[in-house]
Amino acid sequence: MSAQIPEVRSTEELREKWNKPEVISGSEILLRSLVLEGVDTVFGYPGGAVLYIYDALHGFTDFKHILTRHEQGAIHAADGYARASGKAGVCIATSGPGATNLVTGIATAFMDSVPLVVITGNVFSSLIGTDAFQEADITGITMPITKHSYLVRDVEDLPRVIHEAFHIANTGRKGPVLVDIPKDVSAAKTLFTPVTTVNLRGYNPRTVPNKLQLDKLVRAIAVAERPIIIAGGGVIYSGAHEAMFEFVKKTEIPITTTLLGLGCFPSAEDLWMGMPGMHGTYTANNAIQQCDLLINIGARFDDRVTGKLDGFAPKAKIVHIDIDPAEIGKNVSPDIPIVGDVKTVLEMLNPEVGRATKADAWRKTIAQWKQDQPLRYKDSETELKPQWVIEMINETTKGEAIVTTDVGQHQMWAAQYYKFNKPRSWITSGGLGTMGFGFPSAIGAQMAFPERLVVSINGDGGMQMCSQELAICAINNIPVKIVVINNQVLGMVRQWQNLIYEKRYSYTDLGGSPDFVKLAEAYGVKGLRATNKAEANAAWQEALETPGPVLVEFVVPKDENVYPMVTQGSTIDNMLMGDE
Amino acid sequence: MKHTIAVLVNDQPGVLQRVSGLFGRRGFNIESITVGQSEEVGLSRMVIVTLGDQSTLEQIEKQLYKLIDVIKVVDLGSRPMVARELALIKVKSEPAERPEIMGVIETFRASVVDIGSTSLLVQAVGDTQKIDAMIELLKPYGIKELSRTGVTAMIRGNG
Repeated sequence: MSAQIPEVRSTEELREKWNKPEVISGSEILLRSLVLEGVDTVFGYPGGAVLYIYDALHGFTDFKHILTRHEQGAIHAADGYARASGKAGVCIATSGPGATNLVTGIATAFMDSVPLVVITGNVFSSLIGTDAFQEADITGITMPITKHSYLVRDVEDLPRVIHEAFHIANTGRKGPVLVDIPKDVSAAKTLFTPVTTVNLRGYNPRTVPNKLQLDKLVRAIAVAERPIIIAGGGVIYSGAHEAMFEFVKKTEIPITTTLLGLGCFPSAEDLWMGMPGMHGTYTANNAIQQCDLLINIGARFDDRVTGKLDGFAPKAKIVHIDIDPAEIGKNVSPDIPIVGDVKTVLEMLNPEVGRATKADAWRKTIAQWKQDQPLRYKDSETELKPQWVIEMINETTKGEAIVTTDVGQHQMWAAQYYKFNKPRSWITSGGLGTMGFGFPSAIGAQMAFPERLVVSINGDGGMQMCSQELAICAINNIPVKIVVINNQVLGMVRQWQNLIYEKRYSYTDLGGSPDFVKLAEAYGVKGLRATNKAEANAAWQEALETPGPVLVEFVVPKDENVYPMVTQGSTIDNMLMGDE
Repeated sequence: MKHTIAVLVNDQPGVLQRVSGLFGRRGFNIESITVGQSEEVGLSRMVIVTLGDQSTLEQIEKQLYKLIDVIKVVDLGSRPMVARELALIKVKSEPAERPEIMGVIETFRASVVDIGSTSLLVQAVGDTQKIDAMIELLKPYGIKELSRTGVTAMIRGNG
């Protein structure tokens, strides 16, 4: 089977081809507009209300359309595509059930500020509001989980709406934008004139920060004795990783990167303290609690990071840098608020800042903590430990793979034990914690980077939430390496039951999971299983050497817990460190 | 603490839903909300009365600005403002009670806009406290129906 992943097309050529005014249908306007926005891949699922659009897609080759097996698979794939590439992900679904099946994926992207343009069909305009067959008020349903949404009532508006949708999705704080197109609008014909300008009075994201606040930060760094940086997903989204690296190198301030910030700073660097928060490192959490200057760059003080807000960073002067003014002061009120694009802010700061000279003792303390309290687990020679599996994947891929995960224990172990050195190589549902996200998002990431190694790490629970997408891996020969860490239980929930609910394991034993190897093979994907280290090494090696998609199941014990752990309602320096 | 904010929005279908939905899901309180045309074609002005401390008000403003259809948010309470609401009150009134009730109405400079055989329909315009006070005084006669518009407001002077 040959790879059917599209080659990169020249948008300039297509631009010329499609840029001429012509009388065409709303459906054709949509497709041309997508091409003009630089779209090369669309994930979707047809249905009655998008029949005109799919009719226009028949034989259309200017971008690739991937037919998933469920709308949820389509939107998570579009999300993975967006997170890997930095471009807006696009997906198409029909009205009613097709549209509502997107809701989880839209909410996932919204929570993690991922740019998506979501196209849904709707019933004929004349039928809207009549409870027509497959009608749902999808703009109403998704209002709280989209950055903006449109119900297109007139085909004349379509070119403008599509252009605005991409503009809104991919600027400022990024996010999903929904465009709902009634069937008569996708059928109607009009003279298409491409729209290239945007005129939105109510939308002016502020990218350039206030200079006075920057000066305050520069002075604060000079006098700080125990400064730290918390860097989040915003660093990656704004493309600020190089500026971030320079900032840390110049100031020599220790840095912790949040779950979504992993990869924005090389994990091999001495100043990196690991991840903060509920499953953060001893070093990062203690550093937060004891620092006198906390510089938050593109992170939103999520409760999984802060723990109990009342006791969070009690000694620190707080600096918050964010593109979204509403994040400033939402959870933690900063002493120095800086609204702006992270990259712009750091590039303005870098020439002004110098080494934090008063922090030498602090750097020593942090180095000592890192040495005394590294992440650790009790390895076994008879059983496969999940942490060991992640370490093996890390070593064999040399930290170069794009890793996507589902949600649960395997996600936290992957975050802890995979060593990220590059931005956009870590794709995970942070804010919403969406099970079923891991595998389809890997398909999207692989579509964005056909040549890169994409490893999708899943639990046995989450794998079963979108396993039907194995079909599209097989059919399109999308060479994702699918890892299933099978502990036979819903591990993270069980861990809480173990530690907080006195071992009452209420409905977390999955019992009759499928034979994952046979499941993969049923879809035409190679399946392998490992139950000990020797088998694990061999199976993983075989997976890496096999062209095309492979699923590898690693059978691990069910009683392994993720440590450190901060229980809800505690301050983050109250960590359970595990048995050893 | 009570705050009155004016929100200038695009006159688009669904804008009221976006704004009220934002208040609902973020746990902000809406005491009253009025909406109507503004001085500019294509734009509507909403006046929202809300309860909360200063930091809640700040979040409300910031979150409102995140809506693409929101053009401008003004905290009216930060400057001297005129705030008015309209109330229609149908009050029970036997012919013998009418002069007494008329006395109350005149004191508040309200007006009678309809008279039934056993009721009066009273129209009152004023700030919230004035209307509250008038309703208190009319209650003993028996209020059959009450409809209030909520507050609309504007800053005094040329600004």
